Amino acid sequence: MRYALRKIATAAVTLLLVSLLTFGVFQILPGNPVEIMLGVDADPLQVEALEQKLQLDRPIVQRYTSWILGALKGDLGDSIRYQMPVGDLLRSSLPVTISLALLSIALTVVLVIPISMYLVKNRNKKSGVFFSSFTQLGVSLPSFWVGILLILLFAVTWNLLPSGDYVPFQEDPMAWLLSLILPSCAITVGTSATVIRYLKNTLLDEMTQDYVRTARSKGLTMNQTLYRHVLKNALLPSLTVLGMIVVDVLGGSVIVENVFNLPGVGRLLTSGVGNRDFPLVQGIVFYLAVTVLLMNLLIDILYTLIDPRIRLEGGQNK
Amino acid sequence: MRNKCRNKNLVIGTVLIAFLLGMLLVSFFYLPYPPNKMDSANILAMPSREHLLGTDNFGRDILSRIMKGSWMAFGIGFGAVIIGMTIGVIFGAIAGYFGGWIDELVMRLMDAKMAFPGVILALVMITVFGNGIGNMILALGIMAIPRFCRITRTGFMQIKEMEYIKAAKSRGISDFRIMVFHILPNLSSSLLVTFTLGISSAILSEAGLSFLGLGIQPPHPSWGRMLFEAQSYLLTDPLYAVVPGIMITILVLGFNLLGDGLRDNLDHRMSQREEKS
Repeated sequence: MRYALRKIATAAVTLLLVSLLTFGVFQILPGNPVEIMLGVDADPLQVEALEQKLQLDRPIVQRYTSWILGALKGDLGDSIRYQMPVGDLLRSSLPVTISLALLSIALTVVLVIPISMYLVKNRNKKSGVFFSSFTQLGVSLPSFWVGILLILLFAVTWNLLPSGDYVPFQEDPMAWLLSLILPSCAITVGTSATVIRYLKNTLLDEMTQDYVRTARSKGLTMNQTLYRHVLKNALLPSLTVLGMIVVDVLGGSVIVENVFNLPGVGRLLTSGVGNRDFPLVQGIVFYLAVTVLLMNLLIDILYTLIDPRIRLEGGQNK
Repeated sequence: MRNKCRNKNLVIGTVLIAFLLGMLLVSFFYLPYPPNKMDSANILAMPSREHLLGTDNFGRDILSRIMKGSWMAFGIGFGAVIIGMTIGVIFGAIAGYFGGWIDELVMRLMDAKMAFPGVILALVMITVFGNGIGNMILALGIMAIPRFCRITRTGFMQIKEMEYIKAAKSRGISDFRIMVFHILPNLSSSLLVTFTLGISSAILSEAGLSFLGLGIQPPHPSWGRMLFEAQSYLLTDPLYAVVPGIMITILVLGFNLLGDGLRDNLDHRMSQREEKS
């Protein structure tokens, strides 16, 4: 319990810093932010209206508190480009990104376990060493290029799958799935390569433990030992990797959504950056960071619930 | 067996990087065509003797643009990581050496930075400061800080407890001298590994940002930007979309392999040292 509380306190401090950073970075601009957003030769009336709206005349501390209080309630102000509340824009694009992220995570998990098991079983054979080197390649491939190649092969050349053009799940579940297959594959190549490398090493470490020898000497085959004992122990540390995957997937979707023309949060963000739409970028970035923080906190706490040893070790160190 | 694998990473990585460095060197003295020279009669041409990799949508020679693009890739990769390393090492050294609330503050700052997934922090900085090569290097440099900070902090925390540091302290040597001349040199090999791996992720991010049209601005040739342009011509000129991607992958893979190879060597040396003592 004390461990969990300490984790929550740390996360709260980090959250405060994240909010200060996301707010602060938009304040250090030299000159008038309104001028930067609307351009130098903007209509003075428009400039004045926006200045009023952004309440630039108020002291910075007041603006920060009203922004953060609003953000916690889900009110992030209005987007300048779209003339709409940032919250509404986010709500309409969130389902796309969540679908993409869930599909990519599912694909990663499905791929990673059998592949790492295969690599560990064949680690001394030529095939195992050969396929292991592919993980190194997978980590190095830019996700957007994988996306382009997938479009080139599956959409342009063979005409098998649509190259994006998102269809909402409610309209047509099958078309929804088809439109997301290529993008999630593009994201999965990188994330699964990262996780396979990690899981393989954990599995190899576990293989040197005494209990493996015990299991083998009581007559279990290598496969039985691997699946019944080693995998279970190796998956536990991989829980932390799950957090890593989610971060990777979120970061990857920003670029991949642009390749496949998916109207998700990532494309909203890039259009915000292109238009220098400060409230929009600020809001999206803050919410993304909060999501990552909360998820890591959740994983930390889950971890201690599953494996009490962590709690003890944490207590001893401090 | 393990020895062989270790060398393989290092060897392949070195070969890949040497190939690209060779191309970079050649491009200083020789380019088949000026990289920004347009030729409206020769748009999206297939590979030929005149244009070994064909031409792009403005009739510019792709090979020349690829060669010139290596300036950007290497320049931005090294520039960003040097900035990230300088700031990261300073923060990490202070946090690890002094500990206490400074350590806590620095680590929370790093946590806060790590909460921004992927290239998002760089995107924010580009929104605020505008795009340009300098801002891009700065943004990617800031993204590289945490990894250097963490590794320096851990190193300083371990080494400051050693006898010779205590001896140096009792002789009245200043904290600054101890940090710079007595502790930091011990970390040079692990920093080298981090540096190498940092370059590959900086280049990957640069390519991603340029692909989004937010990094390097035309007409400067950048591999990521070329991919962005190629995407509109997938039907007519698929090769245009393949070549820049291969270059990015070779560069990133090369630095990744090099970093892994160096790390394996380092681990090997460490374990040998432990066996001896």
